Amino acid sequence: MSGSGQAGPAAAGAVGTTAPEVPLLEVADLKTYYQVRRGLTERVARTPQMWVHAVDGVSFRLARGEMMALVGESGCGKTTTAQTILGMVKPTSGSIRLNGTDVAKLGERQLRPLRRTLQMIYQDPYESLDPRFRVRESVEEPMLVHGIGSSRADREKLAVEALERAGLAPARVYLDRFPHELSGGQRQRVAIAAALVLGPDLLLADEPVSMLDVSVRAGVLTLLDTLRRDGDMGILMITHDLSTAARFADRIAVMYLGRIVEHGPASDVVRNPQHPYTKALLSVVPKRDPRERAAPQILKGETPNPIEVPSGCRFHPRCPVAVERCQVEDPQLRLPAAATSPAHQAACLLV
Amino acid sequence: MSLLEVSGLHVWFEPPHAAEVHAVQGVSFALDPGERFGLVGESGCGKTTTILALMGLLPPNASVAGEVLINGQNILAGGEDSVQAYRWKDVAMVFQGAMNALNPVKKVGWQIAEPMAFHDIAQGAAARKRAGELLELVGIPAAAGERYPHEFSGGMRQRAAIAMALACEPKILLADEPTTALDVMVQAQILELLTGLSRNLGLALVLVTHDLPVVAQVCERAAVMYAGEIVEAGPTEMLYHAPRHPYTRLLFAATPDLYGQDAVISIPGTPPRLDSELPGCPFRARCDVPLERCAGEHPELRLVGPGHQAACHRNELVEAS
Amino acid sequence: MTLPLQDPLLSAEGQGQPSSPRRGFLRTVLRERKAAVVGLAIIAFFVVLSIVAPYIAPHSVTEPSCAVYAPPSASHWLGCDDGGIDMLSLLMVGGRISMIVGFAATLVAMIIGGGVGILSGYFGGWTDISLMRVTDYLLVIPDLVLMIVIADLWGASLFHVIIVIGILEWTSTARIIRAQVMSVRERAYVKRARGMGSGNFRIVWRHILPQVGPLLIANTVLTIAIAIYLETALAFLGLEDPTAVTWGTILEHAFERTAISSGAWWAIVPAGFAIAAVIVGCFLFGQAVEDALNPRLKVAHLSLRPWRLRPLVGRGPDAL
Repeated sequence: MSGSGQAGPAAAGAVGTTAPEVPLLEVADLKTYYQVRRGLTERVARTPQMWVHAVDGVSFRLARGEMMALVGESGCGKTTTAQTILGMVKPTSGSIRLNGTDVAKLGERQLRPLRRTLQMIYQDPYESLDPRFRVRESVEEPMLVHGIGSSRADREKLAVEALERAGLAPARVYLDRFPHELSGGQRQRVAIAAALVLGPDLLLADEPVSMLDVSVRAGVLTLLDTLRRDGDMGILMITHDLSTAARFADRIAVMYLGRIVEHGPASDVVRNPQHPYTKALLSVVPKRDPRERAAPQILKGETPNPIEVPSGCRFHPRCPVAVERCQVEDPQLRLPAAATSPAHQAACLLV
Repeated sequence: MSLLEVSGLHVWFEPPHAAEVHAVQGVSFALDPGERFGLVGESGCGKTTTILALMGLLPPNASVAGEVLINGQNILAGGEDSVQAYRWKDVAMVFQGAMNALNPVKKVGWQIAEPMAFHDIAQGAAARKRAGELLELVGIPAAAGERYPHEFSGGMRQRAAIAMALACEPKILLADEPTTALDVMVQAQILELLTGLSRNLGLALVLVTHDLPVVAQVCERAAVMYAGEIVEAGPTEMLYHAPRHPYTRLLFAATPDLYGQDAVISIPGTPPRLDSELPGCPFRARCDVPLERCAGEHPELRLVGPGHQAACHRNELVEAS
Repeated sequence: MTLPLQDPLLSAEGQGQPSSPRRGFLRTVLRERKAAVVGLAIIAFFVVLSIVAPYIAPHSVTEPSCAVYAPPSASHWLGCDDGGIDMLSLLMVGGRISMIVGFAATLVAMIIGGGVGILSGYFGGWTDISLMRVTDYLLVIPDLVLMIVIADLWGASLFHVIIVIGILEWTSTARIIRAQVMSVRERAYVKRARGMGSGNFRIVWRHILPQVGPLLIANTVLTIAIAIYLETALAFLGLEDPTAVTWGTILEHAFERTAISSGAWWAIVPAGFAIAAVIVGCFLFGQAVEDALNPRLKVAHLSLRPWRLRPLVGRGPDAL
């Protein structure tokens, strides 16, 4: 299934430890800036070009068999990070190594064959399938594009396999249906099957369950979990839902204004948060149990504009424990003093 | 006598070229001033239709039966005409995606003052002053009323929508998924605002959402809806710690908790179609503990504890033993 | 781990939808909008008439068969023109040519307009900017004036008329198609196809064209109406080959040769009526399809009739 033929055990995936083989995905100091459009008058007046710092120096590694969650609020850059990795958006600088090959610099032509290794599951199950295509055609489309399957019957067999792996069984019942005849959860499974049929090594899942009913979310998330174990795939999940990340991902990376501010094993990040932003975020997640009335630490205001990134630590204007130093120094990710795991990192001057 | 009493509310829709859909099937609940009540359920369960019916905001192909009493007066008695007198003045609504429903070419302050003028509460300068006060009440500086919606962030627009709903000083506020499209931090701010309004102004709040933890944190009482019916209602504490309907129990089990240890489950199957009468319990096909009688006999809401009702045949087994 | 999933058709979400989104559209339009049926019927009638005209025309269109401006009679249902030629035959044969010119010109316009719209909408960027500049220049030029100049330069012939109409009419189609393509391009399934590595041609052919198709049809039909009208106008202004027999030339001859003052209404009214009928038919059908494609035009919620109150029957109110 994997083009590079790596058959070693899944690496521990902990940032900082040296994996025996090339990691599935290695992102190093990725930056993606968008130009702010200027009108004619501004160009003539030579006002300085402003940039949206959507992704402002993101680094992490993902190994096979691992699920990592990129968590954050809107504007933090998690979606742009995924889009850049997928190659839909050109990065401004930095590298993205997929099985060792830097894909950041590749053009569309060269990227195309690599798209088999890397697939994305989209947020909206109601929009991600062409309403005019039957399930059969949606799942066969990737095969036709990449020349998989020698005949119609062969492709149908592969489609049935993929659909069953995605939990739609008996698959033959679903082959001739149209998307509008399926529920949200079923549509999402069809999208997953269409991705699986190419045998990808890495799956990017952008809010895969946020538009599904609560009662079907666990099914799709458990499916992703199974796929990464059995299929030895790596999954990068983008989500704003910390509870989902905590329960299903191995590792969590919390993003704020284009940077990762905290990163580590899921249980560590959630039970022993080090960065003030993570602590505040966790405190405002509503609990299921009505008796648990935690004291939420509600931050003032909203996430600032990624065009004007605050000086020093980008979180300092809203930080409840900021000191003078924080306005000047920009903290890097490092091991906090109170961390209970060597893989846990936070970008804060005070930990 | 409660402030709001909904009694046996039914809503049907007649889509063109298709069978009639029975979207709301006999919903009843009551609300006192200052109470926060949650109406929970997944897509298609009828919760939004229920509160739209409370405001009489249904499309022409809808028909309604039942009573909605505000301070003892049945506002539905005369159809659309009788509801109009109460709309926005006694009961107001914050719609789903309200933040996107603000008029982009009118200043925010003007939009809040508009219903005041329309319902003869205040006019001109007095209305604008009141609009400013309402903005302050929801946590936005009054001067911001001079700005346009696109200059507001998502959270601020939602606050503005709440201010608009409060324009005529209603006693009941219906909020339909008020925080669904918002970030978790902004959601906390809005929920804090709504809780504060209900405590300080004595506003009765009906919070409609699919997000159980939100209801658990904000509402003292809640009702769980499935296939157009209320299947369980009572104090939110009891719904979590002692659920008496399998759907309630499974729904909580399907909601991941940050620090929980038990596995997050999913409920197999899909809700039933609402365009045909189903015998028996609507949840039977997806229930994990069905009984023989569930297939043919429809369970009615029964009292299972103080202020706690559930519609499940299993509760009778408990009583019997 | 596979979960037991119910038959999807039991899902409440699939209620009330046509079973096939592909074939259903035109049938739905015809079923729901009577105007569309009427329009299509009119167009079909004239198309059929055009095809069989040479075979069923009662008299010759080149040889006179009755007196100058003879009124309608049993043998000549619509009388004769100033050359003694049967009007009914003229109308039928003229209709054939008018329809051919209309359809041919529309074909040219559709190919250019559809192509420009798709390229512009799909690729965006400089392709879009440059193509739209060209479109803007052509949109601004007054049609009739340009046609007069070209007819003057190249001479009057039916072929020139087809080309001129085609070249000038593609612009509005291009704009409309471009807008639709731009919106379809942003749909999640198109982005998914690109992310999957699908090539541009494939995406346009399989995902965008089917969505744009119905709009193209609506626009084509409306353009046919405009093309026929323009052909009439050109002929009336004397810019068409005067020996050609089209509805336009029929009207032009009648006007030139004092049919009105002679009281020979049959030389004018039938042709005018025929033109009007085809245009109305095209508009009825084209507008109905366009309306069906535009979901925002559904104004059911603005109906004056509010929701109804029903007496309570069946299960009584549940006590709380």
